[in-house]
Amino acid sequence: MTATTRSMVRVVPRTTRRSWWVVGDAATITWRNLLQVVRNPQLAVIDTITPIMFVLLFAYVFGGAIRVPGGDYISYLMPGIFVQTVVFGATGTAIGLAEDLQKGVVDRFRSLPMAPSAVLVGRTLSDALRNLYTVLVMTAVGYVIGFRFHGGLAGAVLALALVVGFGYAISWLSANIGLLAKSAQAAQGAIFIPVFPLTFASSAFVPVQTMPSWLRPIAEANPVTVVVNAARGLVSGAPDTATIVGALAWIVVIVLVFAPIALVNYRRRG
Amino acid sequence: MGEPAILVEGLTKSYGPVRALRGIDMAVPQGSVLGLLGPNGAGKTTAVRILATLLRPDAGRAVIVGHDVVREPDEVRATIGLTGQYAAVDENLTGRENLELVGRLLHVGRSAARARADELLADFDLVEAGRRPVRTYSGGMRRRLDLAASLVGRPAVLFLDEPTTGLDPRSRVGLWDVIARLVTEGTTILLTTQYLEEADRLADRIAVIDEGSVIAEGTSEELKDRLGEDVVELRLADRSRTEEGLALLRPLAAAEPAPDPETGRLNVPVRHAAGTLAEVVRRLDAAGLEVAELSLHRPSLDDVFLALTGRRAAHEAELETAGDAPERGRRQGRKAA
Repeated sequence: MTATTRSMVRVVPRTTRRSWWVVGDAATITWRNLLQVVRNPQLAVIDTITPIMFVLLFAYVFGGAIRVPGGDYISYLMPGIFVQTVVFGATGTAIGLAEDLQKGVVDRFRSLPMAPSAVLVGRTLSDALRNLYTVLVMTAVGYVIGFRFHGGLAGAVLALALVVGFGYAISWLSANIGLLAKSAQAAQGAIFIPVFPLTFASSAFVPVQTMPSWLRPIAEANPVTVVVNAARGLVSGAPDTATIVGALAWIVVIVLVFAPIALVNYRRRG
Repeated sequence: MGEPAILVEGLTKSYGPVRALRGIDMAVPQGSVLGLLGPNGAGKTTAVRILATLLRPDAGRAVIVGHDVVREPDEVRATIGLTGQYAAVDENLTGRENLELVGRLLHVGRSAARARADELLADFDLVEAGRRPVRTYSGGMRRRLDLAASLVGRPAVLFLDEPTTGLDPRSRVGLWDVIARLVTEGTTILLTTQYLEEADRLADRIAVIDEGSVIAEGTSEELKDRLGEDVVELRLADRSRTEEGLALLRPLAAAEPAPDPETGRLNVPVRHAAGTLAEVVRRLDAAGLEVAELSLHRPSLDDVFLALTGRRAAHEAELETAGDAPERGRRQGRKAA
């Protein structure tokens, strides 16, 4: 302890230039969150194994049973699995935030002169990067079993960007559940209540036309359907501009609605 | 004497119908330690959370080194360090990374954050452990790292919310030494605790808090004058003669002896245990009062409460502890806030 008094290190906490903080602080929080994944072998393995498992299970279990237009189920399937996986990945935002709250880590962050929004921006960003990694692993596995992008590099990049962007948007919905939950376990339970109908009452795995008439309009309006259809168009080399614009609009609207609410919830959790 | 480092006036806070703070006042001079002593649910954590800018008070004001906690939260945050009831460190990061993280969020610059982390690891005897992930640490090491993390920005004011709760006695004493050394370096500290011994050992002044109000305040010596240095605890064989026993022992007591309504035991706070114990026995014997149990102990939070309020603190505390109270209290706090 004596070293503290004759310390050589100048440490001057800064309280000015707040607008810069959001970027730097969010980057710091992102770094911290990703480091936690990399350092936790179990988590890192799960992040890698899960997408491989999903691709193989869906391709071989459902592949023979489900008839789709054109008959190429793997190309039909991949955009669906992409979107389903990133939406499931976004549940990590709720769980991660709830854990940080429970362990008092958020209390420490809130007692520092950092940008309050950085904790949320950093969390959603690190989860988006995890999702990007997952989607790339899935693409690689898909290529092994016959999946191909038919829309060129631009189409492939835009398709993956839409998918990961949608996961990012859902992370903000997820963040609210994490902030309102009383524990990480409660958050985990609660987040799947919106996530299951969202992913399965959609065109992710089966054509909407096969659904009962009452469900069909709901599934068609479901943002997951819009994003999956947009990605499918891009993957198959027949992009539909209206659907792509619709998907982008959904992403923007979801972020614009849930990000401000999450910020309010974050400030309120004293 | 300049401006106090911590100034609190008429602070109140309610969570719905629960009045956690009912108007507390405090003034902590620069470089001194105030011990906030009270049972679970007394309002200690609420007070610390308001002073550390985590919670907004309903009324009253709090000023940390000239900065109002509500109007200038970022200035306050640059001045304070907070160590909560649970070690708020990342399990999968190394000790060093945990400290660097705080430095970066304090915007001290990357190289300064790194150098400061090294310095703190050396100060807290964690140089070797600094390279390992925190999940390999013992409870005491975690608390030390957590304390180190709150010192990265060289805070002028440090809040320690029950820093040793849940630690084994040896780790507790180790942490006390660390805190005592911080004090000699001029840090102003507000410490909450449920242990009278801890407050006695570390604090210059002690404020006893109960149901959101400060019910006694003074130096450790002043409190001992009021409450005695030791407590003679005895039980009479014939409980119906309790009043008679009280009358005999009152002249020996440093503070009003208190009968425990539940057990019938008498707690007699005394200033000098050695001579008094024999005198207690002589007087009771001379009056023909048979003593069934007799013991001598250092006053606990319980004794302080019995002497100050005439009731036990432990009753509520035990109830709360059964349900993992601090955690629950905190969560309720968040929800209500």
